[in-house]
Amino acid sequence: MMEDETFTDISGKAISLSCQDHSSLCKEFVVSVPKVSIGKVMVYTCCVWLLAYAVFFFTENTAVLSSAIFITLVGMMLHIHFVKVDHETLLFIGSLGIQLSSSYASGRETTTFIEMGKIKDIVINEAIYMHQIIYYLCVLLKDPSEPNAVARVVPLFQSSKPRLNCLVKVYKSCQEILSKC
Amino acid sequence: MVLKIFFPQCCNRADSGLLVGRWLSGHDSAVVLAVIHYPFIPGQVKQYIQQIQARSGVELSVLGSWSLPKEGQEGMESFLRDLSTIFPQKRWLQINRELGKTGFNCQVLSRDQNGRVIPREIKKKADKIDGERKVMLSQLHPIENGLSDPTTDPTSELRQMFRSVALSQPLFFLDRYDDGPLKSTHWQSEGREASIIVELLKHSTLPLCVLIRWLLSIWTWICDIRVFSLSPLRFLSSKLSTCVQLSYRTEHMRTVSSQKPAAGHTEFMRKANMVVSVLLDVALGMLLMWWLYKDNHISMLANTLVPAADHVAKELEELLQWLMGAPAGLKMNRALDQVLGRFFLYHIHLWISYIHLMSPFIEGILWYGGLSACFGLTFALSLLSDMVALLTFHIYCFYVYGARLYCLKIYGLSSLWRLFRGKKWNVLRQRVDSCSYDLDQLFIGTLLFTVLLFLLPTTALYYLVFTLLRLVVVLFQGVLHLSVDFINSFPLFAVALRITRSYRLAEGVKFKVLCEEPGTALHLLMEINPLKSSTVVQLYRTPTYSCYPKDSWAALAKKLFVGELIYPWRHKTTKTD
Repeated sequence: MMEDETFTDISGKAISLSCQDHSSLCKEFVVSVPKVSIGKVMVYTCCVWLLAYAVFFFTENTAVLSSAIFITLVGMMLHIHFVKVDHETLLFIGSLGIQLSSSYASGRETTTFIEMGKIKDIVINEAIYMHQIIYYLCVLLKDPSEPNAVARVVPLFQSSKPRLNCLVKVYKSCQEILSKC
Repeated sequence: MVLKIFFPQCCNRADSGLLVGRWLSGHDSAVVLAVIHYPFIPGQVKQYIQQIQARSGVELSVLGSWSLPKEGQEGMESFLRDLSTIFPQKRWLQINRELGKTGFNCQVLSRDQNGRVIPREIKKKADKIDGERKVMLSQLHPIENGLSDPTTDPTSELRQMFRSVALSQPLFFLDRYDDGPLKSTHWQSEGREASIIVELLKHSTLPLCVLIRWLLSIWTWICDIRVFSLSPLRFLSSKLSTCVQLSYRTEHMRTVSSQKPAAGHTEFMRKANMVVSVLLDVALGMLLMWWLYKDNHISMLANTLVPAADHVAKELEELLQWLMGAPAGLKMNRALDQVLGRFFLYHIHLWISYIHLMSPFIEGILWYGGLSACFGLTFALSLLSDMVALLTFHIYCFYVYGARLYCLKIYGLSSLWRLFRGKKWNVLRQRVDSCSYDLDQLFIGTLLFTVLLFLLPTTALYYLVFTLLRLVVVLFQGVLHLSVDFINSFPLFAVALRITRSYRLAEGVKFKVLCEEPGTALHLLMEINPLKSSTVVQLYRTPTYSCYPKDSWAALAKKLFVGELIYPWRHKTTKTD
């Protein structure tokens, strides 16, 4: 079963959530962030090159122009490879574990898998950041030495930062599966 | 109830047979290690499994049956169910797949206390392991810090699975093409992963290690001669970076050539990294030597060295003349200026005479020094750093004089300023207290204060100039030390392993949903998730005597302002670290 609804992230940009039920014990949630807009890219490139032309006008050194081109290209490549996240996936396999993966605009994917034995619970936490209250979904990990303590908190969907309505949907489905196993 | 089966990908196309593997304790899951094909004699199968169990220590058992019916092989279902009576188990798996479909059909028959068979069809997951050999050769690294000891987390399901596969090496000696009584299919049916170079290296390490140990024993005997343990030589050798690097490399070679084989994975990686770093070092050193000795570069260098030193001395003299005049428009105190300027000028004159004395020998020294590059580039760089330190010794002396003078002045000024205001530093209480001075104390104190205050700009300027010069030299030496440290500690072997055989350094696993036909079990593909390159470097860095800044930037600035002598680089030794 696939659903697509429009939600927004905490700064108001539109994101989309897609839930897929692979079986009664396995669900996949994909939060997609809007892609890099051509307008922004062109604005940045034009600014950098205008600046380079201005410097060239005063110094008459062509190395300035070529280095500006080089810097723009390298900067764009680094941005899409390391910074710009395309979509984040949460694959919840009951009794096996949770897999979080972020895939970047260049196609690179980073994945983390947390075993069910280490997971204590999935909760929605509040964080107060300056004048805002931000809700985020996180996984609580068990502490091996103390049975009731929480060793670590792993926040989910850190780059896409969906709002509470989106988080509640994911939370409800996850809790369903957690209660079954 | 959910059952998890870890199934190797290679057995996907195997002929029907018995599944051999291990039930993971504490979890409802099983690892399938091999499929033994029909026809077989059950007695021989049981004997074989017991043999393997004794050799590998893994609790193997017959898990169930696998059927991939080819044409003309119908009617296997009842045969397979009857097998469960021959191999009595608490749970008997029946996995079957039809050609053309990817989904598996799984059934579990479990026996209750009375031995009656209760068939149950349950929804469960079959995880295919992609390339089981990768699982066997990979090393699972704990993701969180602090869980580096595998014995603290033995109940982790994945860890148990990895261990079972890694330990069941003896199971993979038989193949389906063997002519014995048993034919099995497992990951090594498609060929083993091996390399001639690796095997050759393994055989050649033993005589090499013996040779290195013998050479090291001679070297340690030389170093232990009584002459070398005299106190001034010892102090000198702890300051010269060449000697430090030498001792460091000796330590490395000792670790590499030790008699015991590597205890665990970390030990092996450490040794391998050391060997690769030494080889890289020597290779780069040879390159440097080839460049130095061809086209007479050495004499070129020697011929430019003395004029360069002369040039530096002349620049310093000009600088001092400038300071003795009216530098940057500031008006200096004439007498003090002349005294300090002449003092430093005389020092420079002494130094230049010394350099001229040494100039015939420079070429020889450079020639023999260049030979040290055959030990490695790090030795050449350390030698260069030491030579720079020796050649700029006068700058170091000037800096010390300037700093001491300035420091004295600052302390005097602060103390007299307190007297000016009627306060005193209480050493017992470590605070400033008020104090009543006599009139003559106040008079002399104020006089001295004024004198020191008006002499401050001169001393401060000399101090500033020589500190900057010293910092330039320190920066250059620091760059050399950093590069030496980089060559020493960078885990090149681990990074190369991560790039070429990334499955050997695993951070974890990742899953992908393969097929979800309703009615069949959920099918996931499990792949190894390799460690991030940054984690590899961090984890496998050889600990070194690296040079770290002793103080933070704020503390450094404060020391510079007050006039304390700074030793910006601190050497960490591996013993005290």
